[in-house]
Amino acid sequence: MKTVRVLIVDDHRLFRSGVRAELGPSIQVLGEAEDVESAVASIAELKPDVVLLDVHMPGGGGQEVLRRVLGSGAQVRFLALSVSDAAEDVIGVIRGGARGYVTKTISGAELTDAIIRVSDGDAVFSPRLAGFVLDAFASSEAPPIDPELDSLTQREREVLRLIARGYAYKEIAKELFISVKTVETHVSSVLRKLQLSNRHELSRWATARRLV
Amino acid sequence: MLREMSETPTVPDAGPRLVRPASGRVVAGVAQGAAAQLRLDPVVLRLGFLLLTVVNGLGVVAYAALWMFTPKEEAKGPEPARDWGQFAAYGVLWVAVAGFGWITGAFDGGIGTWPIAAGGIGALILWQQADPSRRQRWMSGAVRQVNTGWVRTLIGALLVVVGAFGFLAASGELAKAKTGLVFTAVVVGGMLLIAAPWLASLVKELQRERTERIRQEERAEVAAHVHDSVLHTLTLIQRNAHDAREVTRLARSQERELRNWLYQPKQDADATLAAAVRRVAAEEEDAHGVPIEIVCVGDCDLDERLGALLQAARQAMVNAARYSGASVISVYAEVEPDEVTVFVRDRGKGFDMDDVPADRMGIRQSIIGRMERNGGSARVRTEPGDGTEVMLTMKRES
Repeated sequence: MKTVRVLIVDDHRLFRSGVRAELGPSIQVLGEAEDVESAVASIAELKPDVVLLDVHMPGGGGQEVLRRVLGSGAQVRFLALSVSDAAEDVIGVIRGGARGYVTKTISGAELTDAIIRVSDGDAVFSPRLAGFVLDAFASSEAPPIDPELDSLTQREREVLRLIARGYAYKEIAKELFISVKTVETHVSSVLRKLQLSNRHELSRWATARRLV
Repeated sequence: MLREMSETPTVPDAGPRLVRPASGRVVAGVAQGAAAQLRLDPVVLRLGFLLLTVVNGLGVVAYAALWMFTPKEEAKGPEPARDWGQFAAYGVLWVAVAGFGWITGAFDGGIGTWPIAAGGIGALILWQQADPSRRQRWMSGAVRQVNTGWVRTLIGALLVVVGAFGFLAASGELAKAKTGLVFTAVVVGGMLLIAAPWLASLVKELQRERTERIRQEERAEVAAHVHDSVLHTLTLIQRNAHDAREVTRLARSQERELRNWLYQPKQDADATLAAAVRRVAAEEEDAHGVPIEIVCVGDCDLDERLGALLQAARQAMVNAARYSGASVISVYAEVEPDEVTVFVRDRGKGFDMDDVPADRMGIRQSIIGRMERNGGSARVRTEPGDGTEVMLTMKRES
């Protein structure tokens, strides 16, 4: 089994060491960073496969790291890890280029699983993120500008709904009589839409959730 | 009619009848009432009354007549105070205009009338564009930076100057007044130069104080919240340190409460489905000490049938928390245009439906029976060792 090389970016030292201790043997932690500056520098230096990225950090937060690293064309994958449940943060960091979003209450085994999935180029959706996506892509009066990007297929909706109901990929595959690989393909496709869609509702929806 | 009124909520007295509003009146609210009726700015009418009064006293008669024949708007609550700032402004303006008219005889007609009118309108714009609180500050002599509407301020000032000069020019006094004007300009300029640094520091000081006050108010609110909830919970956790289960429960309930405070829109927990699902789950989580993860998609108002759905969902959560042995329960609620679905799922030990004794009320009565009585449906999927999922569906009332 190949090992995945990981960098942990979080401004809480206790949390960093906690994650380090919980990760499975297939994960090799290259280092830790505690703010935007050191994160950008460490990514350039250590070239990890996956960066575990905290959303809220001094100096601009996870989105700033995404902007600076992905803007420079580096080939590195990000998994966002946060305590925040705010739609603005979740949607923001995914649109910033992260390939997944999990909350910090996730168990060590599940996190290990998620890191391996992200390192393989797949997407990781928490139940809450799936709920947000369903909500954001739900009813809209305005016709989509780009039908391919601006709406979900029936199958993608089914997959997201099962994720929101708390199903693991394996359980979803069993439920829908498809392979786990197909489930992964659907989720990756949703992630692409989420990142590329120009639906202005998406950003507006995320901010509106906070303003009410 | 109703639609029209709802579209113009800012003009509550835009109804068919002419009334005198009590709020914002200067004398008796006549000009304001009439302006609302005509959809004009009350200033225009007030100015009209004022000029008519100066010209030949007609304004007073018209105003008095309207005052007598217009009913007063029925006031809700205590009668608002008259805006004395505006009253004073109009009074001064009237005295000034009347004075000019009397001295120059300009109101007998001719070109002399126009500069006065321009000056008057300018002064009124200046006064009117300031909101009541700002006028209060002007009246009390405090200096504040006027951020908005400075263009209008400029126009107003310009009109006043043009009016004054025009008046002098028209009455042939400009040449004579030249020395006096230069003298005045020099004196005023000098005074401004002297006072400018002091004024600037005063403005800065006031702004600093204001930001500081806002910051302190916010800090006080956060401190109050942290004290009432977080500190209280931390104390409880220390006192219950020996009881792992209780500590987890306390931490979890505090986390949930803090999250709601930070991220969730302020909602009435008894009004909409999503808020109600969150509340029910929170109560069961507290009661049984098993975390319940909630995801809600869409939202709608609660009605009787959705209330029944909520009760069934609560029972499903109770069952999962009590009997499944699962470490976490997932609740997913989705509101679609024609129906509402709630899933309650655990990865616990599951059970065999046929083995459930007939007298056990939980599933048969509280969940399936309740849903069917209210026109919905419930489906339970479970197998020993494979967890349990309860799916509740209710059609929405159209």
